[in-house]
Amino acid sequence: MYNENLITEENIEMINENFIEDEQLKIDISETVGDIHVEDPRIIAKNVNVFYGEKIAINNVSIDIGKNEVLAMIGPSGCGKSTFLRCLNRMNDTIESCKVQGEIYLDNKNILEKKTDVVPLRARVGMVFQKPNPFPKSIYDNVAYGPKIHGLAKNKTELDEIVFNSLERAGLLAEVKDRLNSPGTSLSGGQQQRLCIARTIAVSPEVILMDEPCSALDPIATAKVEQLIYELKENFTIVIVTHAMQQAARVSQRTAYFHLGNLVEVGATEKIFTTPQHKLTESYITGRFG
Amino acid sequence: MNNLKSRQAKEKRFQLYGIFSILIALSLLIILFVSIVSQGYTAFKETRIQLPINFNEEILDPNNTKDWNIVKKANFNKLVKNAVDEIIPGVEGRGNKRKLYKLISSSAEYKLRDLVEENIEIIGTKEKIWVLADDDVDMLIKGHIKRDLPESERRIDNQELQWIAILESKKIIKKFFNKTLFTKGDSAESEQSGILGALIGSLFALTITLVLSFPIGIATAVYLEEFAPKNNKFIDFVEVNINNLAAIPSIIFGLLGLAIFLNFFGMPRSAPLVGGLVLSLMTLPTIIISSRAALKSVPPSIKEGALGLGASNVQAVFQHVVPVALPGMFTGTIIGMAQALGESAPLLIIGMVAFIVDIPQTMTDPATALPIQIYLWADTPERGFVERTSAAIMVLLVFLVFMNSLAVYLRKKYEKDIN
Amino acid sequence: MFFIIALLGVSGYFAGLRKSLIIREKNTLHSTPIYHGVLLAVNSSLASILTLVVWLIIEKNIFYELKFFREYLYFLTFIVFSFTATLTYNKIKHEFKARDNLEKIIKLFLLSCSSLAILVTIGIFLSVIFESQKFFNTIPIIDFLFGTHWSPQMPIREDQVGSSGAFGAVPLFTGTFLIAFIAMCIAGPIGLMSAIYLSEYATKNVRNFIKPLTEILAGIPTVVYGFFAVIVVAPFIRNTGEQLGISIASESALAAGLVMGIMIIPFVSSISDDVINAVPRNLKDGSLGIGATKSETIIKVIIPAALPGIIGGLLLAVSRAIGETMIVVMAAGMSANLTANPFEAVTTVTVQIVILLVGDQEFDSPKTLAAFALGLVLFFITLILNYIALHIVRKYREQYE
Repeated sequence: MYNENLITEENIEMINENFIEDEQLKIDISETVGDIHVEDPRIIAKNVNVFYGEKIAINNVSIDIGKNEVLAMIGPSGCGKSTFLRCLNRMNDTIESCKVQGEIYLDNKNILEKKTDVVPLRARVGMVFQKPNPFPKSIYDNVAYGPKIHGLAKNKTELDEIVFNSLERAGLLAEVKDRLNSPGTSLSGGQQQRLCIARTIAVSPEVILMDEPCSALDPIATAKVEQLIYELKENFTIVIVTHAMQQAARVSQRTAYFHLGNLVEVGATEKIFTTPQHKLTESYITGRFG
Repeated sequence: MNNLKSRQAKEKRFQLYGIFSILIALSLLIILFVSIVSQGYTAFKETRIQLPINFNEEILDPNNTKDWNIVKKANFNKLVKNAVDEIIPGVEGRGNKRKLYKLISSSAEYKLRDLVEENIEIIGTKEKIWVLADDDVDMLIKGHIKRDLPESERRIDNQELQWIAILESKKIIKKFFNKTLFTKGDSAESEQSGILGALIGSLFALTITLVLSFPIGIATAVYLEEFAPKNNKFIDFVEVNINNLAAIPSIIFGLLGLAIFLNFFGMPRSAPLVGGLVLSLMTLPTIIISSRAALKSVPPSIKEGALGLGASNVQAVFQHVVPVALPGMFTGTIIGMAQALGESAPLLIIGMVAFIVDIPQTMTDPATALPIQIYLWADTPERGFVERTSAAIMVLLVFLVFMNSLAVYLRKKYEKDIN
Repeated sequence: MFFIIALLGVSGYFAGLRKSLIIREKNTLHSTPIYHGVLLAVNSSLASILTLVVWLIIEKNIFYELKFFREYLYFLTFIVFSFTATLTYNKIKHEFKARDNLEKIIKLFLLSCSSLAILVTIGIFLSVIFESQKFFNTIPIIDFLFGTHWSPQMPIREDQVGSSGAFGAVPLFTGTFLIAFIAMCIAGPIGLMSAIYLSEYATKNVRNFIKPLTEILAGIPTVVYGFFAVIVVAPFIRNTGEQLGISIASESALAAGLVMGIMIIPFVSSISDDVINAVPRNLKDGSLGIGATKSETIIKVIIPAALPGIIGGLLLAVSRAIGETMIVVMAAGMSANLTANPFEAVTTVTVQIVILLVGDQEFDSPKTLAAFALGLVLFFITLILNYIALHIVRKYREQYE
């Protein structure tokens, strides 16, 4: 499986090669088709550019993300959707050569500003990763870690409450109730991913970013996680990067299609999947490449 | 076709060279172990002679004071001589008598002293006590001095042989487990010398080494691996220095210790404190390099998960990455400690090479270390010391094998935990 | 004193914890209460320890009179503590970034630990340079580096015979290189061939069994090798020589070099192993694919490709052999002897350092200082060898990465 989170030389090269190829195709993808604005935005991204060293990975992307909506980002490998996702809570800071330009507003504050403290930001914009990555600690400690470092619980009873509540909302409580002290890594893959979601919920974020959360899971586990995402949208804004178009169609209200670092088209999910406006989107949806 | 045949023969020959090389390396290893074990295994027994000691009041306490301060000045050696006379009576002449008494180790009178000090009431009683035999007798009993050699080539002459035969016939000469080896410090007499002093010296020095190099090494590794800015001249310089230190001959560290710790800071010579300081500087690179490898092998997803929850970089590293890497760091530290335990050259330079009888009590007492004790004994030609050198080496190797297996065990376990 | 500071620190921790807990009742905190407490304790303890240390350094080195004001020191420390503590305490507010501050302190601490490596190198450098400088004031450096006569006993009386106090180090250098050369003659072929066999021919099981065994050789303390050389190898060589009618010294260079070679075998084989495994598979497959035998592939393709790495590894091994001390101290000779005959006794740089420094010595005699001059030479030779070797190995790795 192609892991987009790992920014390798190879990956960057691939992006560049595709650029050249596309110039030959002479299809204009620098303008975004569709409506990038929504009525009640939670996050507003304006003219975001991302560079890996000299190479450009995200080219002038602007998009609004609405309150309590599920936004799916789709596109072929190396299209920059994960990179864009990681801008939203500044996880790209961890990559040395990565530079982000532009503006991303969360509640009227530009989070890309240098002085932004990423710690509270990441508490507000949580992230679930492609591969389940529970800490090598007990299930309880996995969920309790976030509340602990952010000082969300004043005492043990409150902490217990947060942990049980989060596990409940992640639909995991019934399965792990009797073994909260066994290591998180002892769970099955699907359970691990739901544990990671519970861990993220426990910090009470406003936005949850999911980077291909089901790509490492089997179909049954995937169905469960999808069901969970559907339920979570009541309380959270969710941005999900996915490889599987059907998944985007199932869980999201809006879909954004990325291609070679450009946001090609964005719109209501049904529209994108039934009547795509851009030629590239159509090719991708109909499976001509990807 | 002929060509092919010769090529195949060449192939066979080449492969044989390889097998041959490995066999040479392994057989050298075996020869080394066999020679040391065969020289040294007998040192774990010591020969003792049972003497019927009469704790004579006349000699020990003629005024019946029962006061140790008075009794301790008495002639305890007389008790030993009397007892020897009792088992082998009728030896005439001063020379012969001296030869007879020399069968018993000079430590016998100290043993009697200790017994009386322990229980002053023993005065006036008679007891059968096992005392150490002289090292030559010990060697004879263990078969290192052959009885069938011509008299002139033996360190034990015919008369002494006769006396020993008497002792043997009375069944009052016997081999026991060698307690002296593990409970005494160095001595000029091989039968009275032990490795305890050197062991304590090594222990003190290694404690210092561990206390200093483990935290500093890990702090350095964590900084360089997790926090250090990339492409920074200063950091590059630090890394170059660490790699260099790893390759500098150990004796140079001894010179550093001599010039800086002893002469500049005026620390005591021969002290385990200084030894530990020098050894910790030497083991630092080992610990740093292996700790960095351990940190590197922690899957980045763990750190990412913590960062994604809003943990700060420091929190993510210390609460998630370091705990996972810790067993790997322990492995590196144990290997570093094992190196330090076997190291001798720098300790020679800072003066931990001296004839030290007393067991060191503090970190600043003069002391030796186990490898240094081996070096000192190896320099002594007496057969009794050759045996003890080999035994000391065996003890050292047991420690090293134990430490290294612990390291291997931890590494295996760690690798399993990570995957 | 440190105990008192620790006690104060603990009370500072609780004070900070309490205040931040009270604030938390009404307001959100930037950092969790524990951080506030710890920061308060660490800040003020560090400040007072710093005061203590600065005072003591000044007292020792500049103003000895300060000694008479010792009682004020405790007072001063206490004031510094309370001052910083109050300062930090007042800073504790709901948005105070206690965690960030504490993390800065932690990082600073880690950085200073890392800098220790530089300090040690500087320490080594300075200590050998300074003492050597003193030595070269009495003995000209040219005489030292190119003189062929070494007998460091300084004459006590003018007319003493045989103790000329000559410091020509050439015989030591030749002795060192002779022994290192013999060692490499043993370790080079054996180490290399066993690495080749293990990485190219041996099955996985054999490899897993043999490799740890050869690594045992690397873990044996050098003093054990020294003893082995003295009681087994040297007598064996002497007896063999007698049978063949050659007279061999009991402290012959051959015995010391041989045992040192054994010690270095695992070193050579593990480096060669790494280097050989770094040769890309396709090179090997290319050769095997056109019908070359395995040995032809190894000799004609793998070894030439791996040659720089192997040479680098061998250089590292030479540097290790030159700096090795215990084996030569125990098995090589004591007196300088300018010869290339491996059957004779020679002495080495490290042996002379040990001889000059062990036992009672006055620190400023040329005899003692000569040891540092030898140390300086040793330091530079190994440094240069390592530098070249690491450079070659790195270049080689880059080529295949």
